[in-house]
Amino acid sequence: MTAVATSTLVRGARASRSTITLKIMMAGSGALFILYVLAHMYGNLKAFSGESAFNEYAEHLRELGQPLLPYSGFLWLFRAALIIALVVHVYAAVVLWKRAQAARPVKYEVSKRRNSSFSSRTMRWGGLTLLLFLVWHLLNFTIVKINPTGGETNNPYQLMVDTFGVWWMTLIYLAAMAALGLHLHHGTFSAAQTLGWTNTAASRTRARTAGWVLAVVVAGGFSLVPLFTLFGVID
Amino acid sequence: MASTADVSGLTVLNGPPEQRSDDAHGYYTPAPEKLVDAKAPTGLIKDRWTTRKMDNRLVNPANRRKLDIIIVGTGLAGGAAAATLGEAGYNVKSFCYQDSPRRAHSIAAQGGINAAKNYKEDGDSTYRLFYDTVKGGDYRSRESNVYRLAEVSANIIDQCVAQGVPFARDYGGLLDNRSFGGVQVSRTFYARGQTGQQLLIGAYQAMERQVAAGTVTQYTRHEMLEVIVVDGKARGIIARDLVTGEIETHLADVVVLASGGYGNVFYLSTNAMGSNVTATWRAHRKGAYMANPCYTQIHPTCIPVSGDHQSKLTLMSESLRNDGRIWVPKNKEDCTKDPRDIPEEDRDYYLERIYPSFGNLVPRDIASRQAKNMCDEGRGVGPMVGDFRRGVYLDFADAIARLGEDAVREKYDNLFDMYERITGENPYEVPMRIYPAVHYVMGGLWVDYDLQSNIPGLFVTGEANFSDHGANRLGASALMQGLADGYFVLPNTIRDYLADGPFEQVDEAHPAVVEARTSVQERIDKFLSIGGSRSADSFHKELGNIMWEYCGMERSEEGLRKAIDMIRELKAEFWSNLKVLGTADSLNQSLEKAGRVADFIELGELMCIDALNRRESCGGHFRAESQTEDGEALRHDEEFAYVAAWEFGGEGGQPVLHKEDLIYTAIEMKQRSYK
Amino acid sequence: MNLTLKIWRQKDAQSSGSMQSYAVEGISEDMSFLEMLDTLNEQLNERGEEPVAFDHDCREGICGSCDLMINGQAHGPEVTTTCQLHMRSFSDGQTITIEPWRAGAFPVVKDLIVDRSAFDRIIQSGGYISVNTGSAPEANSVPAPRDKAMRAFNVATCIGCGACVAACPNGSASLFLGAKITHLGELPQGQPERMGRVASMVAQHDAEGFGGCTNIGECTAACPKEIPLDVISQLNKDLRDALRAGY
Ligand SMILES: Cc1cc2nc3c(=O)[nH]c(=O)nc-3n(C[C@H](O)[C@H](O)[C@H](O)COP(=O)(O)OP(=O)(O)OC[C@H]3O[C@@H](n4cnc5c(N)ncnc54)[C@H](O)[C@@H]3O)c2cc1C
Ligand code: HEM
Ligand code: HEM
Ligand code: SF4
Ligand code: F3S
Ligand code: FES
Repeated sequence: MTAVATSTLVRGARASRSTITLKIMMAGSGALFILYVLAHMYGNLKAFSGESAFNEYAEHLRELGQPLLPYSGFLWLFRAALIIALVVHVYAAVVLWKRAQAARPVKYEVSKRRNSSFSSRTMRWGGLTLLLFLVWHLLNFTIVKINPTGGETNNPYQLMVDTFGVWWMTLIYLAAMAALGLHLHHGTFSAAQTLGWTNTAASRTRARTAGWVLAVVVAGGFSLVPLFTLFGVID
Repeated sequence: MASTADVSGLTVLNGPPEQRSDDAHGYYTPAPEKLVDAKAPTGLIKDRWTTRKMDNRLVNPANRRKLDIIIVGTGLAGGAAAATLGEAGYNVKSFCYQDSPRRAHSIAAQGGINAAKNYKEDGDSTYRLFYDTVKGGDYRSRESNVYRLAEVSANIIDQCVAQGVPFARDYGGLLDNRSFGGVQVSRTFYARGQTGQQLLIGAYQAMERQVAAGTVTQYTRHEMLEVIVVDGKARGIIARDLVTGEIETHLADVVVLASGGYGNVFYLSTNAMGSNVTATWRAHRKGAYMANPCYTQIHPTCIPVSGDHQSKLTLMSESLRNDGRIWVPKNKEDCTKDPRDIPEEDRDYYLERIYPSFGNLVPRDIASRQAKNMCDEGRGVGPMVGDFRRGVYLDFADAIARLGEDAVREKYDNLFDMYERITGENPYEVPMRIYPAVHYVMGGLWVDYDLQSNIPGLFVTGEANFSDHGANRLGASALMQGLADGYFVLPNTIRDYLADGPFEQVDEAHPAVVEARTSVQERIDKFLSIGGSRSADSFHKELGNIMWEYCGMERSEEGLRKAIDMIRELKAEFWSNLKVLGTADSLNQSLEKAGRVADFIELGELMCIDALNRRESCGGHFRAESQTEDGEALRHDEEFAYVAAWEFGGEGGQPVLHKEDLIYTAIEMKQRSYK
Repeated sequence: MNLTLKIWRQKDAQSSGSMQSYAVEGISEDMSFLEMLDTLNEQLNERGEEPVAFDHDCREGICGSCDLMINGQAHGPEVTTTCQLHMRSFSDGQTITIEPWRAGAFPVVKDLIVDRSAFDRIIQSGGYISVNTGSAPEANSVPAPRDKAMRAFNVATCIGCGACVAACPNGSASLFLGAKITHLGELPQGQPERMGRVASMVAQHDAEGFGGCTNIGECTAACPKEIPLDVISQLNKDLRDALRAGY
C-alpha cells in the first residue's frame, strides 16, 4: 500500500463502502448476467432444431463437468453464482435507488432532458420488471413448472411449446424481452463506464454500439422462439 | 525626519519632486511633512529583499498556533496567503463574500502571468522584468517593491506547477510561454484564456487543504464591514454573515486585507459585480491612507455597451489587435450604415494613421484614449448610448482574406463565439465593435515595503494595495503581484510584526470593539429606515456615469470640479432618498448593495480630488491641461514623482494629502513615445 | 419583449417556498438573462416588493456563481452559464420557469440561491496536491507530456457551478468529482496521492448526500464547460485501482 502523503484525507475513508463500489458490483454482476443470457439465448435457439436437440441440450448442461463434478454439479455452481449475483445486483440497485431519491428530494416544476436515452432513465423500473419476470419465469420453467395449458411439465421442450401457444403468455415474454433490451442497451454502456473502460470519446462510442448490438441480439434472439411457437413454426 | 532620497551609498538618479501647481487647492489639507516608508530597504537593489528576509524576526513554531490572522479576501492575494500562513501553522480566519473562496474575482483573469524565467534564452532577467514594469507604470511605482516582485516571479511558477496548475506546454512537455503587451521577451505563462482561473484554483486547493488540516477556517458569504483598531493596532474586523444577517466580531493579532480592486466605482467595468471598496474604504475611514486613488486602468478591447440595462462589461483578449484593424467612418453620416457598405476610402484607420510605427498595437492607454476621441468627435458606431455612439470597429476582413477564415477561426474562435453570444452579431461577417472599459485600479491602500499600512497590524495585499504598478499596469502583472504578495512576500514580512505577539487579549466589550460594532449596526439600520424611492443600483449607475465622464480616460480641471459637486449632491440624495426593502436579519442583496454604493460614492469624491491634484498625464490618465503639442500625454516628473497618500479628514472634513517621494537609484526616468 | 416569469420564492432555508408569477415588460433581446432579472428586481423594488435573490458575480461565465434552472434546463437552453445566456434565446410572450438547483446536498438558502459548500468540502477531502509554499522544485524539472497536460487543462476548466448535479436525475456530483480527479491524476505531480485522493473524495461525495452515477449523461450536456463523460470513467477506474491497492 502506498503511503498517504497527506494527513488531511477523510479519516477512515473506505473505498469499498462507496457508491462507486456498489456500482462496480452491479456492473460485475450485470456482466455475468449478460454472459448468461447470451448462453441461454443460444440454448433456446436449439428449439429450432427440434425437440430432441433441445432436450439433449438441457440434459447436456446437467452433465457438464462430469465426472469431476456430480450430475447437475456444474449447473448448481452456475446457479449459485447467478443467485449471488442477483442478490448483489438487486441489493445494490435498491441502495442506489434510495440514495438517488434522497439526493433529489424536491422535484422540478419543469424538467427537460437533453442528453439521456430512454433506457438510461428507466434502468430501475426496467430492472424491477425483469425481477418480476424472473419470478414468473422460474415458476414457469424450473421451480414449479407451470404449464398454462395444463399439459406435460417434465419435458422442457413441450412445456415451452405449450406456454408460447398461449397468446398472452407470449405477450408477457415479449414485454419482458423489451425490458431486457432496454436494460442491456444502457446497461452494457453503463457497465463499461463503471468499470472505467471508456476513457475516451472513441471507446465510449464503442461501448454504446456494444449496447445496441447486445440489446438487439439478445432481445431479438430470445423473442424468436416465442414468436415462432405462437405462429406454429415450432411445435 | 529622513528624506526618502537618502538611499545610503547609492547614486540617486532623480531629485525629490517639487509640486508647483495646486489645482485641488481648497479641496484638501496638505500634510506638513513628507511621508516616508520606514521599512524602505537600502543597499543594492538586488540585495534588498534578501536582506529584509534575513533581518525580519522569526516566530517560534510553537507560538504560531497561538497567533490569529484574519485575511479578508480569497483571490490570488488572499487565498495564497491563507494557504501559506496556514501551512506555517498560524491560526487563520479567511473571509469572502462569495459562496466559495474559488469564486474570487481573480478567477476572471484571462491572459497570463509574467515571470522572469528566461526559458526562451531571449535575454530576459529579473532586472529586465523589473525595468519593463517600472517603465510600463510610467515611473510612478516604488523601485524596491517592483524589483522584489520581479525577483520572486520565478518562484511563483515553480509553486503553481507543483500544485498542479496546468500551464500550456510544448511538445517536449516543458512549459510554454508567450510575449504579451508589447514587451520584447517571451515571459508570459498561460493556461489558454483561463490563466487566472487555473492559478486561483491552485491557491484555493492549497487553502482548502489547510481548512481540512484545521489551520484555516473559512467564512464564506461573509462581508467585512469594519476594522477594529485597538490602541492604534488593527485587532479584528466586524463582518456580516450574509445568510443570517448576523453581525459578527472577529478578533485577531493581525488583519490582512486582500479584498481586490474598486473598478466598480465606475458602475460599468470588467470587474465582478460584487467587487467593492468597502473593506479598504472602511479601513481608510479608520485612518489607513488611500494612495493614488485616481489611478485606473482602461482596457481598449471590451464589448461596447448596448443599452441602459447593461450591468457589466466583458473583456475581449487584447490579442485580437494582432490581426484586427481598428477604424471608424471618416464621415459622421456613415456611422449608422452597414459597415460593409462603407468603401475603403471612407474609413479612417486612425491608429495606423496617427501611430504609423505601432499601428493597432499601441499600448492600452493610447488605444483607449483614441477610441474615446473618435466617439467624442461623433464618429463612433453602434447603438446610441446617452449622447454618443460608443464603439469603434475591429475588422477582421483583411485577416480573413489574408489568412483564410479557418486560420482566423483557429486563433480566435472562442472569442468570436463569446462576442456573438453577447452581441448577436457574427464577427466573421460583420466587423466587431469594441470600446474601452475600466479594468483595474492601480490605486489602493498605502503600504510600506512590508505591505503594512500606516495602521500597525493592518496589512494589505494584491489589487487592494497601491504598491507595484505605478500609474499603469502592464498585462500579466496583476496576477504576478497577487501571488507574489500572497505566497512569498507577506508570509515573510508579517512574521516580523507577529514576533511581538501574541498581543494582549482584546475583550469583545472593549470600547473600540463596541464602537465598531454599533457603527455597523447603525449604518445598516439607517439604510433600511431611509424609506426613499430609489434603489441603491440607480445611485450606483449615476455615480458611474459621473466618474466615467469626468474621471475616466480624460480629465480636466473644470470637469473634475464639476464632478466633485455632482458627487456631493448625489451623496446627499443617497442618504435621504434610498430605498432598501427586506430585513437586516436575512439574506438581503439590496442591503449589501447599499453599503457598497455608499462607500463608492465617498471614494469617487476622493478619486476626483486626487485626479484634480495630479495635473499631469501619466499612465492611462490624460489630463487635458498636460499634453504635448501634438496632443500626446505629458508627464511632469519634477512635480509629481510622488505617491499621493490620502488620510481621511473626518466626516465632512477635507482629506489630508501625504506625499511619498519616488526616488530611483536603479533606473532612469524617460518619457514614453509610440509615434 | 414581454414575458411571464414563474419564479421560486422562498424566504429562507427554514421556510417552505412556492412558485410566483411575474410579468416583465420592455425586455431587450440584447439583455443577458441576469440583466432581465435585474430589470424585474428594479420593478419589484419600485412596487415595494422584495427583489428576487439569485447568485451571480463575474457575469462572464467563469466564476461559477450563477445557477438557475430555466425551463427545466440547468443554465437554460444554451450550452453556457446563466450569466452568458441572452434574451435573444427566448421569444416574446414566452413563459419562463426559473427554479433553484434541486439537490439534497444543495439546500435552498433563499429564493434561487442554494448552498453549494458541499463542493468545497469535497475539495478539502483531497482535491489538491500537497506541496507547501517554498518547497516546490524548479518548474521544468518535471516535464508533463503535452497530451496529458492538455487533458488535465480541459477538465480543470470546471467552474464548480453545480449544473451537473442540478441536471442529474440522481443528484450525483460525479462529473464535478471526476473532473478534479482527472485533472490532478493526469499530471506527474498528482501521482503520489492519487489513490488516497480518490478514496477520500468519493467518501466525502457520498457523505454529502449526492447520489450515485447511473451514467445517464445529463450532466455533461448541462455542463457549461463541456466536461466530457470520460472523467466519470476515469473516476471509476481510479477508485477501482484504489480498491485494489487496499483503500
Ligand atoms: C476580466 C479581467 C481579466 C484580467 N486579466 C488579467 C491577466 O491576464 N493578467 C493579470 O495579471 N491580471 C489580469 N487581471 C487583473 C487581476 O485579475 C486582478 O487584479 C487580480 O486577480 C486581483 O486579485 P486579488 O487577490 O487582489 O483580489 P480579488 O481576486 O479581486 O479577490 C478579492 C477577494 O476579496 C473578497 N472581498 C472583497 N470585499 C470583501 C468584503 N468587504 N468582505 C469580505 N470579503 C471581501 C472577495 O470575496 C474576494 O475573495 C484581469 C482582471 C479582469 C477584470
Ligand atoms: C433481476 C432484476 C434486475 C434488476 C432489479 C436490475 C436493476 C438494475 C438497475 C437499477 C441498474 C442501474 C444501476 C445503477 O446504475 O444505479 C442495473 C444496471 C445493470 N444491469 Fe440490471 N437489473 C436486473 C437484471 C439484470 C439482468 C438480467 C441483466 C443482464 C442481462 C442486467 C444487467 C445490468 C447491467 C450490465 C447494468 C449496468 C451496471 C452499471 O451501470 O455499471 N441486470 N440493473
Ligand atoms: C423467451 C425467452 C426465454 C425462453 C424461451 C426461456 C426458456 C427457458 C427454459 C425452457 C428454461 C428451463 C431450462 C431447464 O430447466 O433446463 C429456462 C430456465 C431459466 N431461464 Fe429462461 N427463457 C427465456 C428468457 C429468459 C431470460 C430473459 C432470463 C433472464 C433474465 C431467463 C433466465 C432463466 C433462468 C435463470 C432459468 C433457470 C436456469 C436454471 O435452471 O438454472 N430466461 N428458461
Ligand atoms: S463539471 Fe461542469 S457542470 Fe459540473 S460543476 Fe464543473 S463546470 Fe459546473
Ligand atoms: S447525469 Fe447523473 S447519472 Fe451520472 S452520467 Fe451524469 S452524473
Ligand atoms: S456569474 Fe460568474 S459564471 Fe455566471
